Amino acid sequence: MSAVTDMTGTTAQSKGVPAPRAAGNRPESQIGELRISGLSRAYGAHTALHSLDLTIRGGEFVALLGPSGCGKTTALNCLAGLLPLTSGRIELDGRRMDTVPPEKRGFGMVFQNYALFPHLTVRANVAFGLKMRGTGKAETRRRVDEVLRLVQLTEQAHKHPGQLSGGQQQRVAIARAIVMEPALVLMDEPLSNLDAALRLEMRSEIRRIHQEFGLTTVYVTHDQEEALSLADRLVVLHAGRVSQIGTPAELYEHPADPHVAAFMGYRNMLTLNVVSSHGTQAVAQRPGLRLAGTVVGEAPVAEGQEVTVAIRPEDLRIAEDGEEPNARAVAEVVEYHGRALHVEAVTREGDRIHVKAQREVRPGDALAVAVDTDRALLFPASAAADGTDGAGGTHGADGTDEAGSPDASSGSPDAPAEEVSG
Amino acid sequence: MSGLPLTPPPTAPQPTTPPPALVEPQGRTALRHRLAERGVDRTLLLVVPAALAMIALFCYPFLYGLQLSFQPTKGGALGAYQQFFSEPFSRKSIWATFSLAIPAALINVGVSVPISYRMRRDFRGKRLLLALLVVPITLGTVLTAEGILEFFGPAGWFNRTLHLLGLADSPVKLTMNYTGVLLSLIISGFPFAYLLTHSYLSGIHPSLEKAASTLGAGWWQRFRYITLPLLLPGLMTTFSLSFVMAFAVFPSAMMVGDPNGSTHVISIEAYQAALERFDYAQGSADAMIMTALMLVVLGAIAGLRSQLYRGSTGGKG
Repeated sequence: MSAVTDMTGTTAQSKGVPAPRAAGNRPESQIGELRISGLSRAYGAHTALHSLDLTIRGGEFVALLGPSGCGKTTALNCLAGLLPLTSGRIELDGRRMDTVPPEKRGFGMVFQNYALFPHLTVRANVAFGLKMRGTGKAETRRRVDEVLRLVQLTEQAHKHPGQLSGGQQQRVAIARAIVMEPALVLMDEPLSNLDAALRLEMRSEIRRIHQEFGLTTVYVTHDQEEALSLADRLVVLHAGRVSQIGTPAELYEHPADPHVAAFMGYRNMLTLNVVSSHGTQAVAQRPGLRLAGTVVGEAPVAEGQEVTVAIRPEDLRIAEDGEEPNARAVAEVVEYHGRALHVEAVTREGDRIHVKAQREVRPGDALAVAVDTDRALLFPASAAADGTDGAGGTHGADGTDEAGSPDASSGSPDAPAEEVSG
Repeated sequence: MSGLPLTPPPTAPQPTTPPPALVEPQGRTALRHRLAERGVDRTLLLVVPAALAMIALFCYPFLYGLQLSFQPTKGGALGAYQQFFSEPFSRKSIWATFSLAIPAALINVGVSVPISYRMRRDFRGKRLLLALLVVPITLGTVLTAEGILEFFGPAGWFNRTLHLLGLADSPVKLTMNYTGVLLSLIISGFPFAYLLTHSYLSGIHPSLEKAASTLGAGWWQRFRYITLPLLLPGLMTTFSLSFVMAFAVFPSAMMVGDPNGSTHVISIEAYQAALERFDYAQGSADAMIMTALMLVVLGAIAGLRSQLYRGSTGGKG
């Protein structure tokens, strides 16, 4: 359990470029790769997870990201062995794992509600796994002490979970999982029960522990910011299917479909008709809005074809003097966000657009907005359609997710996406 | 037996009329708040009639019986108690009662643990099974006793089946003795024990066992180190209730037991003293002894229970 990591090179590099932190096989990672192939899980007639294929390299931090009911928790429970697979297999360095019961897999898991044993002290909670494994007293003591020091809970070791704050409980849950030095750590929305400030703090804590212990981590979340900041690689799920797998930068810059775009902060989503196309660029319009954008995907778009445009609020700017604006709208709601104002404006045709304004805007002001061609992504309609058909069946897919939260990116183009900031 | 929750208030309960907004609304709310700060909730005054009825119907007879037990016809104030303990036949009723009540309570609690453990999961036919397990609650003791006589009697189905299968030459004697009463206590007491255990068990968050399994605990270890410790306080409460119910056994001890022999329990002893020999003082003394013994056991269990972890059993700890 050496805490020495060879991360210096990677972190230095990631300073400037928020790009691949991945790759770099850390020497202390216990596993070569975890291969998930064709993993699917059905509850009766409802399929919560359709054929997930994913290979996780040792030392990697992979986030499963998606709205409630997208199957991410189901996937994690299948990995942990808490849910049987409907089909597919899980292999760890060539050894088949999906037939192994959870207690024999040796994967650590951090539960959303922490699932600390309320009748045991912090020390006994952390030592539980070692006790089950039959580790000797002295060795257990040494390892528990070390982990408690790492999560800064040495002072609390004698307390019961009920006497701890949420953040401390969360750290106990992590300590309990990592003291086993597991091949793989599974985390199920571990930060969702914490308040905003603590969440930020624990986020870096989790990343730090991941690096110091050379862990391989699969992290489930519905918070794109959390996923982008923590993970080496993201798997975006929608209605039980993989929408896109890639590094944070890839997903952020090049979302593969409107669902991913909605998750990555492309808050302006409108359906347009193509007027003309030229290679990867096309001009599209709807009443009150005309713009040139970049077509996503291989297939060229034809004139008259329906496309969904996705634009981030910060890429939509107030048109300069003399520039032909793409749309005109009246500011309705202006939110103060520090250096910028977040403006929700309505065009004359009733379309709602989100603009991040650098100068002062008041509600009621008329705005002329413009967007650069490479900042407006055009998704051909077929790409949007395959997701919407499954959206109706997302309810109850995984019980631990909060029910009833709106689907981030179904049908209606101006449906507000999940909360997104900068 | 003086642990009544409510002492009668010195003044007659005035039904509180909602305050008309015109007249000093502040003063009225202030009174309510002042009362609330002292832990007085005026709505609870509605409990007074029920409390009075309790006192009239329970405490008074109890105290009356208590004083009656110290006024035997011969032998001074403690004469009836001395009589009970000097007579071997009545003294042995203590043993008869305990030897029925403790095994019955242990079996009821012990059997309901594995059954409710399995019943946590959803499976086809769960509701039907649940109904079958709980239905004996609705049967009166007399009906149960009748059923036991029919089923387990010398010419009952049970013995006939044994005979047909060639497993027994002469009928197995299961009624009119200790076994009959124990069977009756299990049949009527199990549903209570099961329902209580089931609700205690469902209060333990399932993620705790899942967490234990990801930490390498097999099913026995999960039960032994996680579920059982969290369930134990509930099991002790369940045991107490089952024990109290079994301790007061009377009809089945008469009907399917051997009331003048192995199932001569204290309640029968008291009944015979009071209503067959018309020695009310002796009957009261027997009842007091029975109460005292029961309280000793309950006190011991409560003492043990207070040693255990009694906090939340939820997942968040």
